[in-house]
Amino acid sequence: MSDFTSGFWNWYIALITVLSIAGCGILLWAQSTHKAKIGPDGQPEKTTGHVWDEDLTELNTPMPRWWMVLFYMTIVFAVGYLVLYPGLGSYAGKLGWNSGGEYKAELKKADADFGPLFARYAGQPIEAVAADPQARAIGERMFMNYCAQCHGSDARGNKGFPNLTDGDWLHGGDPATIKKTILAGRIGQMPPMGAALGSDKDVEAVAHYVRNLSGLTADPIQVAFGKPKFAACVACHGVEGKGNQMLGAPNLSDKVWLYGGSAETVMETIRKGRTNTMPAFGEFLGDAKVHVLAAYVWSLSNPTVDKRVAAK
Amino acid sequence: MNAPKEAVIKMYAPREEIYPREVKGRYATLRWACVWLTQLLFYGLPWIQYNGRQAVLFDLGARKFHLFGLVLWPQDFIYLAGLLIVCAYGLFLVTTVAGRIWCGYACPQTVYTELFLWIERRIEGARSARIRLDRQPWNGEKIGKKTAKHAAWMALALWTGFSFVGYFTPIESLLAGVRHLDLGPWEAFWVLFYGLATYGNAGWLREQVCKYMCPYARFQSAMFDKDTLVVTYDRARGEPRRPGARQAGDKLGDCIDCTLCVQVCPTGIDIRRGLQYECIGCAACIDACDTVMDKVDKPKGLIRYATENALARGWDAAQVKRRLLRPRVLGYAAVLALMVAGMSTSLALRVPLKVDVIRDRGSMGREVEDGRIENVYRLQLMNTSEEPRLLRIAVAGLPGAAIVDEEVVEIGGVATRALPVRVRAEGPGKGGSHRIEFTVTALDDASVAVREEAAFIVPH
Repeated sequence: MSDFTSGFWNWYIALITVLSIAGCGILLWAQSTHKAKIGPDGQPEKTTGHVWDEDLTELNTPMPRWWMVLFYMTIVFAVGYLVLYPGLGSYAGKLGWNSGGEYKAELKKADADFGPLFARYAGQPIEAVAADPQARAIGERMFMNYCAQCHGSDARGNKGFPNLTDGDWLHGGDPATIKKTILAGRIGQMPPMGAALGSDKDVEAVAHYVRNLSGLTADPIQVAFGKPKFAACVACHGVEGKGNQMLGAPNLSDKVWLYGGSAETVMETIRKGRTNTMPAFGEFLGDAKVHVLAAYVWSLSNPTVDKRVAAK
Repeated sequence: MNAPKEAVIKMYAPREEIYPREVKGRYATLRWACVWLTQLLFYGLPWIQYNGRQAVLFDLGARKFHLFGLVLWPQDFIYLAGLLIVCAYGLFLVTTVAGRIWCGYACPQTVYTELFLWIERRIEGARSARIRLDRQPWNGEKIGKKTAKHAAWMALALWTGFSFVGYFTPIESLLAGVRHLDLGPWEAFWVLFYGLATYGNAGWLREQVCKYMCPYARFQSAMFDKDTLVVTYDRARGEPRRPGARQAGDKLGDCIDCTLCVQVCPTGIDIRRGLQYECIGCAACIDACDTVMDKVDKPKGLIRYATENALARGWDAAQVKRRLLRPRVLGYAAVLALMVAGMSTSLALRVPLKVDVIRDRGSMGREVEDGRIENVYRLQLMNTSEEPRLLRIAVAGLPGAAIVDEEVVEIGGVATRALPVRVRAEGPGKGGSHRIEFTVTALDDASVAVREEAAFIVPH
């Protein structure tokens, strides 16, 4: 009700509610007796007095008393409800119940139920958590909820969203770094290099050189031409193009491509740059849950751990 | 002085207690047979074991509905709809043929009222004794009898509630819970709820349920026609009614106005006033009247199952029977037979395997090393049979379409498994959405196979 600046609508709703309930009571009371005409036999007539189609009359059969009592009971219930629960305008009710409070209570209960489990895992090193089948199953379910939208339900990623199973890491694949990535998120930024490199021809040459680094087909002349130009890239990607996990700069010499490895895509990447965001989950999930999630993600690329957890 | 022209009358009336007299006869026997049959089934079924578990168990928590060898899943909800349609047409059919015989013989309201009345008669005595007991002031005898009656009612009601909940919670563990007084809050609630409903409906409300609450009672009259068998008083034969012996030459009917037909009626009506909406077709009045007709040496059947046409035109039993095959009856029977046949065929041909293919929503297709296109799916596999199975997953519909991971997976009995599956196809081809088809086949039984279509997306 905080949306309203005046109390008018509160009173409006409360008034309609109270009048309706009172109206129902008055209607019930008024209709529970009936003035019947006395018939020729000296007894009250048994019909309502309405006549249709010349001779069709309506019998006036009393309903059972307990049925009337049920109607009055609904009124008593309504009054009781409106005293105890919010219903009359902005009146909060004697019990102080509201749906937000119920949600909080459920959250609290879930935390109390599952908290000890997560606390137990939080005390173990991530490698040990990853070896626990139950923890991996929990981690998989969390992954399906929070991560699969971008990284895919098989964690093999999509264009622009890294594959988490191939052991190739932008920021580092040790358990602590994975956890840090999930907790704090990451921003990956490759500046547009088109202007720095010069003409489109220069960009094309560098693209050939980059493709050559990972053994893809490239024109040797272009490669030779592009090699000195690659000097603009070594600050981040290194002299050999092996990348730098401290900066989140990808390794250009392997077969893993975040945006695609075709000549056109590589040129587009060089010319326009790339910006990529992994959101931070620390505040939302909390450290204990992220711990289990990190263990699951780490297990995906760790050959000592069974990768596929049968989801029951 | 003029007489008053108007009188104030009340538009509600207190219920008048009905004290049905006990009745014996053909139809009473039939009704008791129905009571035994339905109640042995109802109270007994939860105790039957089958394959090491309760034979009939509707496990709402696990969403599995066991009926002996059959395990139904929420996906089989259509069978419940089918069952309800079969029940509806069954009701239409019997109502058209013989009126409200469901109400009179098999409806739980009738059956439990009959059981509660039986208890009432054993404790408080016959009709006249019960009337006397209710009218006398409270004393030790009355308190004792009423206490005993309500205690017995509550015991039966609680057992009914217990049995009902036993269809949803394994009854053995429910019994253990009752013994050690540690029922779960919901189990306790539903046992008490159904117990209270039985106690209230069969002990207190009785005919009020049929008269004021039951919707079937209302729309069944729409299925009556002039050839429907209904409990009927043969007015032509019975009137004018008068008590006492008949002399030769009396122009009196066969009805001696003993009012036994009214005393036995569980809804308190006088069948001699013709067909009334309160009549549940229990035929207690037929039994009562036949006994009296025997005593006064008149033929039975002054009150009998008869049709409107039969009475008006003086048809005999053979002529009434011939009217059984009228279009309305045949129509209902045909639809009923069709529904039963369709349901049984569908149940018999039901494949005990269900597959849902869910494409990863957040992702388009991805390009993998060799330029092929890969899409990711989650296969929701549901094995509805009780044996574990090995399933082979295949995919077709695009050139070079193949599954990357293992093609044979194991699934437990009555279990679900969510399986991420990667499908690769020759790329890049035409961009956009392509139709592919998954086939999941049980290794041990090729007839257990499910095909599911899915979309395969090739990036532009």
